[in-house]
Amino acid sequence: MNAPGAKAAPKTARRHAAGQPTPLLDGVEKVTGKAVYTADMNAADALVGRILRSPVSHGRILRIDTAAAEALPGVVAIVTGADCDKTYGVIPIAMNEFPMARDRLRYRGEPVAAVAAVDADTAARALELIELEIEKLPAVHTARDARRPDAPQLHDNKPGNIEREVHHEFGDVSAGFQAASLVREASFHCAEVNHAQMEPHAALAEYDAERDRLTLHSVTQVPFYVHLTLARCLDMDTSRIRVVKPFVGGGFGARTETLNFEIIAALLARKARGKVMMRLSREESIITHRGRPATDIDLKIGLDDAGRITAVECSVTQAGGAYAGYGLVTILYAGALLHGIYDIGAVRYDGWRVYTNTPPCGAMRGHGTVDVRHAFECLLDRMAREMGLDPFELRQRNLLQAPTRTLNELMVNSYGLGECLGRVKKASGWDARKGKLPPGRGLGLACSHYVSGAAKPVHWTGEPHAVVSMKLDFDGAVTVLTGASDIGQGSTTIVALAAAEVLNIDLSRIRVVTNDSVITPKDNGSYSSRVTFMVGNAAIQAAEELKRKLLSAAAEKLDASLEDIEPGEYFHVRGARQSALPFREVALAALAREGTITVKGSFTCPPEAQGGKHRGGAVGSTMGFSYAAQVVEVSVDADTGQINVEKVWAALDCGYAINPLAVEGQIEGSVWMGMGQALSEETRYQDGLPAHAGLLDYKVPTMVESPDIEVHIVESIDPLGPFGAKEAGEGALSGFPPALVNAVQDATGVDMDVLPLSPDRVLDALRKARRRPARKEAS
Amino acid sequence: MKRILNLKINGTACEDAVADNMLLIDYLRDQKGLTGTKQGCDGGECGACTVLVDGKPRLACVTLAHDCAGTEIETIEGQQRNGRLSALQRAFHENLGTQCGFCTPGMIIAAEALLRRNPDPDDDAIKRALGGNLCRCTGYIKIIRSVRAAAAMMARDAA
Repeated sequence: MNAPGAKAAPKTARRHAAGQPTPLLDGVEKVTGKAVYTADMNAADALVGRILRSPVSHGRILRIDTAAAEALPGVVAIVTGADCDKTYGVIPIAMNEFPMARDRLRYRGEPVAAVAAVDADTAARALELIELEIEKLPAVHTARDARRPDAPQLHDNKPGNIEREVHHEFGDVSAGFQAASLVREASFHCAEVNHAQMEPHAALAEYDAERDRLTLHSVTQVPFYVHLTLARCLDMDTSRIRVVKPFVGGGFGARTETLNFEIIAALLARKARGKVMMRLSREESIITHRGRPATDIDLKIGLDDAGRITAVECSVTQAGGAYAGYGLVTILYAGALLHGIYDIGAVRYDGWRVYTNTPPCGAMRGHGTVDVRHAFECLLDRMAREMGLDPFELRQRNLLQAPTRTLNELMVNSYGLGECLGRVKKASGWDARKGKLPPGRGLGLACSHYVSGAAKPVHWTGEPHAVVSMKLDFDGAVTVLTGASDIGQGSTTIVALAAAEVLNIDLSRIRVVTNDSVITPKDNGSYSSRVTFMVGNAAIQAAEELKRKLLSAAAEKLDASLEDIEPGEYFHVRGARQSALPFREVALAALAREGTITVKGSFTCPPEAQGGKHRGGAVGSTMGFSYAAQVVEVSVDADTGQINVEKVWAALDCGYAINPLAVEGQIEGSVWMGMGQALSEETRYQDGLPAHAGLLDYKVPTMVESPDIEVHIVESIDPLGPFGAKEAGEGALSGFPPALVNAVQDATGVDMDVLPLSPDRVLDALRKARRRPARKEAS
Repeated sequence: MKRILNLKINGTACEDAVADNMLLIDYLRDQKGLTGTKQGCDGGECGACTVLVDGKPRLACVTLAHDCAGTEIETIEGQQRNGRLSALQRAFHENLGTQCGFCTPGMIIAAEALLRRNPDPDDDAIKRALGGNLCRCTGYIKIIRSVRAAAAMMARDAA
């Protein structure tokens, strides 16, 4: 068995459970309609909660009068900013948001008040009866406007609307550029995007007035953070609160921090002394946002004669929206993850996170790295062209050698990027086809990477990073208890596979109980791709502990020494199967010693994984990076500007695929989500009003325009990963947009600097290029 | 105003007092407790609420309950036979055609309508039939594979 820290197993090792393509444990509920999501919970006896939202981008609340609304029959409770004077926010040092605005309004759609009423019609009428008097203030909707000297200031303690400024330099950057024989600069802009998870937001809050207890069911990826925030904002002891995560219809980062409606539902339930169901519309769900910010990138890369990257200079400005949220982490990630993928001589990074009068941004799949990786891979491709080097060759000349530490002290123990490159090069027929496709058709390459969990969590408690417990009782079933939030990515199945592997038992013997703060151990949540690595390792440790107890009981029964016994559905002395004991018999023997068995496993990221000592050095630190390479083939219609993605070949190094079926699904989904950002997804605001707040206006790709994605799984076997595994759900996303832009260049000869490549932008670029001399010979 | 609505849901005759302006989705979810049918958007944009009305796929979020008087409605809850998964349900489960699962009921129902009229659809036919059903997890790859696997399973069973 491959315990954490143990020597990696040979690459070819296939295990009986970990490594087998496995349908999701909770898949049957999903295909039968029996899966209960928050909005599906019984609300027959619940009040209906509705939120009144700010009609202006920026303003001062002069008066809120709820008297007429309160007088409406059927209205049970109304809350406003006056009901909660506690700020919240996911980063302990940057909590600057109130659940409902108290004095200032900073974006259109910001919650101002909320109503709990007997039905939806009454709640809607009550919202109309709330009198709101506002002094409108000048607003800024873009980072450029927010940084003008005469711009209105959103937060009194943040002059210039700068939420966080980052300046990092590692290595000698000016010497690096001097050593370069080719130095190029380019500027890129990436539009703001939204997660658009299929399930709209919802929360069900129930307050027990008799015992002063609160229960919240919500769509969250981070029940633990929600729990802490509720205690803070409702001024309740954490022991009086219970948070449960039912089935969750996707997250992608939208739900990695406590969201205003969760606190508002709880405030309403307490005030109404009852139960409140808060179901947000799609429009409200999009306005709640926390997506990827609009980002401007200025990038400079130096290459020496051999094509080695001698220096990089990158400045990034993110329009973060009206409140801090994850902002400072996002702007730090953008710089930190310039590292860890290539061997770079020196790096300077300057980042500005800017406040704007738009819905707050946050973490979205590929948090912080996507737009910067886009710029990097695009510019690298242009320089390869200029040097006459194949894009594969240029990247191969800059590979890292694992194990290593990056300039900014990130730990790299396993590195399968070279193999990823080889796999997609071969699969796409690159050598035979690149440059030989008909006009309007092209191939593009890009690489990417992502962390397997933040080695230093945002909420530092000193506890282990993950804890899993297991219970074995008279029925002979193994029950795994975990706080890991399955949001569709399959974490519940991973935990079960880990336990089945270690105990050498059938998966069907294992049940997994998740996400109820009354029952399951605390978990930080599903974000930064931390679950497989951290919770997986904790599950292995717990299962090892249970196995030890079972082996000891079996040794006594079989009158053999512990080391000689093979565990499993039948325990037996190695080489002597005739005296095998069924699992339940061994379990009962173990129970006879101590009664119901409960064991626990934990995982802690060692200090050497926790990043450098420089300010912000913890962000980007991780136990291991996933690596991806992908080739995108496009055709471009020069008359309409329409891009069709013909095919994608994607390879990802996930260390070891504990569930290859889910790894494939994660790679396909993340590549495809990158395609949405590259082709069509874009939030738009008109005077701060979201003009995209529906699934017609916010264009996620449909099945019709979605290409075939050929997935290759590369297994570098990380020495510290569970069975060698690393993350698989984010790393491939950020490679898609640059691979697409590089393919469009190959097809048309035109370099595109702005995402998404919507048909209007493509047409504009093609027209401008026609006015200039052609850069590409007709093939 | 409420009127009596008579229809069949998953083979069972129902008679309920239903408001004139009640949408089919609210009738199914709130009045009948059939929460397998999902609401993913504010009206007609995502396909998560797809149900069959007399065998044809309809969006329950933009259909009035009373417009279905006298019809036979089929939802995800009616797809199992004798407690076993239907071919499409099994194929979606085994091929990971479902990740978070929220689009899955609508996706399976839309696919059911397709397979009834075209038991052996190619990728293009699947894309046309399911093009109005959004999924944010899978990139659709394994959904298409699931539909094809279900078609093959049904052909095998029919043989």
